[in-house]
Amino acid sequence: MTETPLAAPLNVGFDYTRSTGPVLGRFVNALRDRRIEGIRGSDGRVHVPPVEYDPVTAEQLSEFVPVAEEGTVVSWSWCPRPLDGQPLNRPFAWALVKLDGADTPMLHAVDAGEPGNIHSGQRVRVRWADEVVGHIRDIAYFLPVDAEDTTPTQPAPPVADREEGAPVSVVITPVHLKYLHSASPEESTYLRGLAEGKLIGQRCPACGKVYIPPRGACPTDGVPTTEEVELPDTGIVTTFCIVNVPFLGQRIKPPYVAAYILLDGADIAFLHLVLGCAAEDVKMGMRVRAAWKPRDEWWTSLENISHFEPTGEPDAAYETFAHHL
Amino acid sequence: MPDVAIAGFAKAPNVRETEGTTNGVEMLVPIFAEVFAQTGLSKQDIDFWCSGSSDYLAGRAFSFIAAVDAIGAFPPIHESHVEMDAAWALYEAWLKIKMGEVETALVYGFGKSSAGQLRRVLALQLDPYVVTPLWPDSVSIAGIQARLGLEAGLWSEKDLAEVAARGTTQDVAELLDTPYYADPLRKHDIAPITDGAAVIVLSTVERAREIVERPAVITGIEHRVDSPVLGARDLTRSPSTEAAGKALDLDGVDLAELHAPFTHQELILRSALGLGDGVKINPSGGALAANPMFSAGLARIGEAAIRIHSGESRKAVAHATSGPALQQNLVTVLEAR
Ligand SMILES: [Zn+2]
Repeated sequence: MTETPLAAPLNVGFDYTRSTGPVLGRFVNALRDRRIEGIRGSDGRVHVPPVEYDPVTAEQLSEFVPVAEEGTVVSWSWCPRPLDGQPLNRPFAWALVKLDGADTPMLHAVDAGEPGNIHSGQRVRVRWADEVVGHIRDIAYFLPVDAEDTTPTQPAPPVADREEGAPVSVVITPVHLKYLHSASPEESTYLRGLAEGKLIGQRCPACGKVYIPPRGACPTDGVPTTEEVELPDTGIVTTFCIVNVPFLGQRIKPPYVAAYILLDGADIAFLHLVLGCAAEDVKMGMRVRAAWKPRDEWWTSLENISHFEPTGEPDAAYETFAHHL
Repeated sequence: MPDVAIAGFAKAPNVRETEGTTNGVEMLVPIFAEVFAQTGLSKQDIDFWCSGSSDYLAGRAFSFIAAVDAIGAFPPIHESHVEMDAAWALYEAWLKIKMGEVETALVYGFGKSSAGQLRRVLALQLDPYVVTPLWPDSVSIAGIQARLGLEAGLWSEKDLAEVAARGTTQDVAELLDTPYYADPLRKHDIAPITDGAAVIVLSTVERAREIVERPAVITGIEHRVDSPVLGARDLTRSPSTEAAGKALDLDGVDLAELHAPFTHQELILRSALGLGDGVKINPSGGALAANPMFSAGLARIGEAAIRIHSGESRKAVAHATSGPALQQNLVTVLEAR
């Protein structure tokens, strides 16, 4: 492989939405009132944050115990390069903090400025978020007890819809992850071909099947496909469905046809659109041709083909594609 | 119930970053070929396939499905997957053979840690209500664990550097002279980010004898879990490793492969398993040399097994961990029999 595989940023994001139940629900509702509640374990220890089941005996727990918003650092580590989403965007300490009245420490951030300003045994207090919503992030971070609140806290996480005055029963945590997604060498050849208006498949050296997109490994033989095969932009519909249901992000007005297209000379079908005829006229075996977007819109994407449309030729006989279904 | 042995092991080159896809195919195809050449088996000889990997590491759902292509999975195969280190996939495969359901199994794990921001991605293994929303990173959690032991006098920074020195050309004094990376941890205390994959062939002992002269017989395998509540655990110990070790016969162990992504964790594990000075620790270099996520634990078992195959060890213990601060631990005893 002479050219490096294509790679591009892939950003994944969703709001992780969870119902809280009675124990965590009580905890986050107290946070919204700027109070902290722990729970008594089977051995009498007070756990903060509260746990639903005893960490040792797995017994269900229910005895809530209010604790202070001041406590003691049990252990810490310095975070010189904060990551996205962490409680502070300047260097800070992660710490296990045992709040007064609690027996187990909780993990949180301490805004200490530099490592010389924190030590185990240090007294710290909660810096409440400027806006409290019923979420662990209502505790913005901890501060040395005598330090001043100087800077504004980070924005509150999103809140689930609920009726006026209703308690918090759902917490939302936005999750955003960044990746560098790499295509395989075989996929890269295919994607670079698309940018030139070519449909490049590859043949498995073991079984001779032609795959488009080509595979990092043939699912029959477990070896990468190698020999390049340029395929025509004509083929048949092997199977299809008529989309009647509207959904978020839909780009075409229903009804329309999503179909598996088997290009002439290929051994695997791929999903695309069939437009240019009434949805009810699409049939298995129907001959279709690619409708390309204007050349100046081409890039390394199958989106260069806007859709497939009927050629008007006679349908392929079922037996010729039955083994591709 | 049949006894189970390890008949083959191969691993991908452990590198900081590959150009490959997150589905691992590029790393897996060559090591499947290698392990088949080594054992003389072909894919038709494998009765059960089991893998370990992570969608969060790959950044997409059902990422392990694409990896199945590397097997050449048509006609259909008997396959399973765990969203953990593949050492736990090996446990599942071990059970399948024990139950008499299959005679051979191939276990593989893979991960492209370099695709995302590893220490942030791993925050998703934590409690989703009160811990993950703070995005604590894996290095910081380990740092808190390390300091607890440092301040309790259970180990010193010099002890940690001695663990690291085994795998470097630098001596302890030079290592201690380097700055903190994340106080109290220095770079040498932290496993490198690694892309990698590993594969193990398991079979009944009878079958393994046809493949290797000295099969590594699994004479014990146990796994245990500690509470996910970090504050409720004594982080200077690994009660789950201790419990797994107690359920096994570790007498006469001469070699240990320990999955310790941080120097202090190796000390915790040695103590949890009661390994004395006579036991050779991590001849492979361990996770501090290379820590490919979701296959490093499986690789510990494979590294121990090949040392039984070669005659370097008579009885070895292999340990794998998954989750933050040694939360889940699996211990395997391998013997030449
Ligand atoms: Zn093939």
